[in-house]
Amino acid sequence: MLTSIKTHTFQSESKKLAMMYFRVAIVLFGAQLLMGLIAGLQFLFPGFLFNIFDFNVARMVHINALVVWMLYAMIGSVYLMLPDETGQKEAVGIGLGKLAFWVLTAAVAVVVLVYIFIQVGPGKESTIWFINEGREYIEAPRWADIGIVVVVLIFYFNVFATYMKGQKTGIMTVMVANLLAVAGLYLAGMFFTDNISIDQYWWWWVIHLWVEATWEVFVGTLAAYALIKIIDAKREIVEMWLWIEVLMLFGSGILGLGHHYFWIGTPEYWWEIGALFSALEPVPLVAMFVHVLYDWGKEQGHNEAHGKASAIKNGPAMAWVTTNAFGNFLGAGIWGFFHTLPQVNIYTHGSQFTAAHGHLAFFGAYATILIGMMYMGIQQAYGIERLKATFKSKMAIFLITFGVLGMAVALTIAGYEQVLVERAELGAGWQAFFTAQNLPWYVQAQTWREIMGVVTFLGFVFLVLDLLTIGKNEGAND
Amino acid sequence: MAGKKVSVWTSIRFWRLSAAWVTGFATILLIWLTFDTMAQIRMGTDEDLKNGVAKRVPAPTVINYHIDYKMDEKRGLEAPVIGEKEKFFGKEWSKEEAAKLLHLGKLTSQAKNCMNCHTLLGNGAYYAPDLTKAWLDPMWQDGGTMQAMTGKNSKEEAMAEFLMHPDQYPTHARMMPNLKITKEEAIGLVAFLKHMSAIDTNGFPRGFSKTVKEFEAGGTHAH
Repeated sequence: MLTSIKTHTFQSESKKLAMMYFRVAIVLFGAQLLMGLIAGLQFLFPGFLFNIFDFNVARMVHINALVVWMLYAMIGSVYLMLPDETGQKEAVGIGLGKLAFWVLTAAVAVVVLVYIFIQVGPGKESTIWFINEGREYIEAPRWADIGIVVVVLIFYFNVFATYMKGQKTGIMTVMVANLLAVAGLYLAGMFFTDNISIDQYWWWWVIHLWVEATWEVFVGTLAAYALIKIIDAKREIVEMWLWIEVLMLFGSGILGLGHHYFWIGTPEYWWEIGALFSALEPVPLVAMFVHVLYDWGKEQGHNEAHGKASAIKNGPAMAWVTTNAFGNFLGAGIWGFFHTLPQVNIYTHGSQFTAAHGHLAFFGAYATILIGMMYMGIQQAYGIERLKATFKSKMAIFLITFGVLGMAVALTIAGYEQVLVERAELGAGWQAFFTAQNLPWYVQAQTWREIMGVVTFLGFVFLVLDLLTIGKNEGAND
Repeated sequence: MAGKKVSVWTSIRFWRLSAAWVTGFATILLIWLTFDTMAQIRMGTDEDLKNGVAKRVPAPTVINYHIDYKMDEKRGLEAPVIGEKEKFFGKEWSKEEAAKLLHLGKLTSQAKNCMNCHTLLGNGAYYAPDLTKAWLDPMWQDGGTMQAMTGKNSKEEAMAEFLMHPDQYPTHARMMPNLKITKEEAIGLVAFLKHMSAIDTNGFPRGFSKTVKEFEAGGTHAH
């Protein structure tokens, strides 16, 4: 116990800051789930909170909390790996980094309060500046956009300066270059235009080039770092895989952007470009999956040959990283491929199919590995040699994975119903929409979605309890 | 890995260089395509409309014209057809007025967060109908449900009335909330919707014109 406290005290400020980011991330994760439950309930009981806290508000906070908790956990993960990867005891300018954390957190709190209590504004520029921008996923008002840019510049300075000062591993090189792209792309979403086609063209630069390109590469770097830390994977192998992943992810993902340009007013040539490159997007996800399992098997076999027990030094983190490898492939890869060809997408575009894919992909590709990084943060903070999964860890991963998978399946069924009835049979439009929404099979699917949402939330409760106690308890046993 | 016999397939340097080249090449291609697309989706001019020049995204003054959405046999998909002039809220809008109105409408669509219930050009949330071709929806046509319900005798006035007091005109248990939209904002929004319906979306949503035809023939398009 004493040693764990000592390790905790002597930990670098960078790693402590990582834990601060993780704490806010988990609170926002909870907010995301609560808002999702409200929005899901409104599908079943449309009168629920009508004209008080409408679907558009619940849904806005639902997806914004998602994006922001992931960004928090991503920044936290970088601060966690920074000292290890660069070989520096401390990140350069970490004091400024801490200040940026408090500024960002205060700004996020204000934005969320405005979303919840003010909700919408008059059709004036001031609404876009101070209430919300009304653009899905990047609703944050303009003042907050500018604040986010400043904070991200400080964060990037911490990372870049530490990288320049320390050793330059392959993982850190990819991280530094990729983070610049992540930050730079945000600027593409910071302007107003009357032309909705141009609006959505650039909006997709942020959304798609984040979640289907740069964030995926980010996950690749996290997985590389995690495999070295958790199972002592060989750096040369891991880094070579990382470069192959960058090659395949950017090779397919950058022009895969075209699959969002089928129907927004953009020229027809995007059909071919979008179809070809986005159809290739699952390939690197298969590779990542193979890579994680291969390294795990190799290190485990190596350990067993030498009479040692498990290769895994952090049970819960390894479980989440493996779930990530599979979930990324399933949610982003398979569920994305389902409806990426224009011949299919002309019917499925903007239906519950999209929602099914969104749920499974964000979870499989991002939530999983970021939760894994939180467990790694706890292991390091308490200086635990081997962190074993507790009953709570197992319940958390089982219930959350089962819940999200259940939601995705339910939404897929709802999507199927909607696409065939609303789009194919009735030819879209107001009446067609509601006819499909009111079909018993559709309603049944939405009911199952809500039930599975509750299951996910239960898993989240176990996750929070586990994150709060596992370090202290396991540290004491160590 | 510095040994001479190392295969290229296990060379980190090879994969790093390949990653850099592929990423660079894809990025340059995307930027080049972006220039081409931007030129094609820039709003057309009032002169284009007068001369019958089809633009993917027409000028704001398209609100002064009748808009239809018809199957283009050659392309194999439905495309907007801009027809004769028609009055919009009882008048013809000048270039400046139309541009100002579209600006107000687009701004209001964001300020009222439309996209977190509806989809626009198919993007947004899936709680309410897609708005891409809302202007052409049979619900708003002469003889459609909404003109009767709102007691207005033009499509645009029925739409504006509904937008201002959506909770007074429920068609289903799921209703649109009252977003305190003013009269001016409502007119702007209707202009924005009419303009959007004239954008060439490569045939999305498919089958929309079929719905309209069935409605006009007195068919049972949906119950």
